[in-house]
Amino acid sequence: MTSEPIPIICVACPKGCRLEVLRSEGDILVNHAGCKRGQEYARGEVTDPRRMVASTVKVLNAIHPLLPVYTSAPFPKGRIRELLAEIRKVELKAPVKINQVVIENALGTGIDVVASRDLE
Amino acid sequence: MTNLHYDVVVVGSGPGGLAAAISARQNGAEKVLIIERDIELGGILLQCIHNGFGVEVFKEDLPGPSYAQRFIQQVHDLKIDTLLDSMVLETTPDRRLFITNRKLGIREIKAGALVFAMGCRERTRAQIRLPGSRPAGVYTAGTAQRWVNVEGYMPGKRFVILGSGDIGMIMARRLTFEGAKVERVLEIMPYLSGLTRNYVQCLQDFDIPLQLNHTVKRIIGNNRVEAIEAAAVDEQRRIIPGSEEIIPCDTLLLSVGLIPENELSRQAGVRIDPVTAGAFVDSRFHTSVPGIFSAGNVVHVYDLVDWVTQAGLAAGKGAALFAQGKLAVSDKVVRTQAGENVRYIVPHTFDPNLLAEEAIPLQMRVKQPIEAPVWVEAVCNGKSVTRKALPYARPGEMVTLNLKPDVVDSFRESGTLTVNITER
Ligand SMILES: Cc1cc2nc3c(=O)[nH]c(=O)nc-3n(C[C@H](O)[C@H](O)[C@H](O)COP(=O)(O)OP(=O)(O)OC[C@H]3O[C@@H](n4cnc5c(N)ncnc54)[C@H](O)[C@@H]3O)c2cc1C
Ligand code: SF4
Repeated sequence: MTSEPIPIICVACPKGCRLEVLRSEGDILVNHAGCKRGQEYARGEVTDPRRMVASTVKVLNAIHPLLPVYTSAPFPKGRIRELLAEIRKVELKAPVKINQVVIENALGTGIDVVASRDLE
Repeated sequence: MTNLHYDVVVVGSGPGGLAAAISARQNGAEKVLIIERDIELGGILLQCIHNGFGVEVFKEDLPGPSYAQRFIQQVHDLKIDTLLDSMVLETTPDRRLFITNRKLGIREIKAGALVFAMGCRERTRAQIRLPGSRPAGVYTAGTAQRWVNVEGYMPGKRFVILGSGDIGMIMARRLTFEGAKVERVLEIMPYLSGLTRNYVQCLQDFDIPLQLNHTVKRIIGNNRVEAIEAAAVDEQRRIIPGSEEIIPCDTLLLSVGLIPENELSRQAGVRIDPVTAGAFVDSRFHTSVPGIFSAGNVVHVYDLVDWVTQAGLAAGKGAALFAQGKLAVSDKVVRTQAGENVRYIVPHTFDPNLLAEEAIPLQMRVKQPIEAPVWVEAVCNGKSVTRKALPYARPGEMVTLNLKPDVVDSFRESGTLTVNITER
């Protein structure tokens, strides 16, 4: 039995193709993808949706009070709030280097939270 | 800073300015200077902490500050001079700049060639004539972005956002991340004005309602915003009586468009296109004033930073060649003309001789959205020059048509190239 088509807008790149996903007995069919990445994105979106997360952490002795940070890979969508709570606890001291790990293996996902820039 | 004469001077250090300076240096300009009014290089990218930058240039999905840092590093490696915390007050057609800086006072700098990369500023309440009282709590989305992401200051708890531009949608998510409630995003047009992907990952993901064909009728509150009155509009964008709704909130953010910051360009005599509000430029981003180039959001509003970088590279090269007296002056010129359903095209002109050596990207926006497959077709003297197919065309998403060297024979003489975007 084939399911109703699920409309999905691909966000893997700025083109924003409108895809359609059909689930049929364990198989996942993706229509209208502009490229291969979109296929994977749509599959992920119905099985394990993820998003890149960007936020800020407190930093002392720098030209700004905040350091921008982001996840090293797309993060499970359902756990973003939990992740943000973790990010809010962090406080660093300058200087910070770009890609410096701010939270290692966040919530046991294997994904790190890293600095988006140098900050002095 | 002792040297007050530079081969190339770049005003603004966003991605457009950084790329222009790097490219000027790499194309033979020895003394290159970037002037920036902020205390650090990077421009608007420093407050755009979200991902989505660099997919075209680096094939990576970077946050704004990371994208900027790659270019800032190159600027330092190439020993390009920078003057921070310095505002350019005035420029002249013969490329003299007057700057003010806390330590140096007012100085004059002479430029062999000049690149304007001042970016945009946001439209404010005054420009969209929002009626109602004038309480605290009405801000532009970009200002709120700077506060939340850089300065560590939350402007409110309960928000309504007017305008579905990218900055507004990105701020809706950001404010939600920081614990605020975003009640609604209102858009007066019948379509989204930002990128569809931002609608998905900033609004849909967090169940933030978007209402198209809606606007703010009135702001309510004395000292602080207490609510806004929203209303539906008809095709003429007139408020439909009886559709009003009061939405309680303490802050209204405006994401209602950007205006290229061209005061300096005007002073220097640069001719401005009333449609883009940016300079008339050729494919090297040379303006109507010899030796003055213009790149990035100051020319027209880009949705992707990668294209801003590309424009900066082209402008920087042009500026370096001009400063060295090597910029060829062509005997031929092709004008681009916005045809069916095209609002504008940048560049406005190009030299067909250049097309023999390098591809020329034509960038444009459509007037009306077409949610069906379209042709983007360039026509010269009644003959099709090139065309490409797209799955749809939306005003919020810039369209690029690449003119490749193999079509150079279509332009044996000066002429006009018209681009039409129509349903397939
Ligand atoms: C909120 C937001 C979100 C975005 N999201 C994305 C995205 O997800 N992906 C993407 O690819 N693109 C995105 N963009 C687009 C991209 O960031 C911009 O198009 C790009 O940064 C514009 O670069 P610019 O160099 O033209 O201008 P800017 O970065 O604005 O730089 C202009 C600089 O000039 C300086 N300046 C101006 N006037 C003077 C003066 N008189 N004297 C001295 N200095 C001066 C300013 O201080 C500023 O630093 C986004 C833009 C915004 C605003
Ligand atoms: S399907 Fe491919 S081209 Fe289309 S939006 Fe997704 S990543 Fe981009």
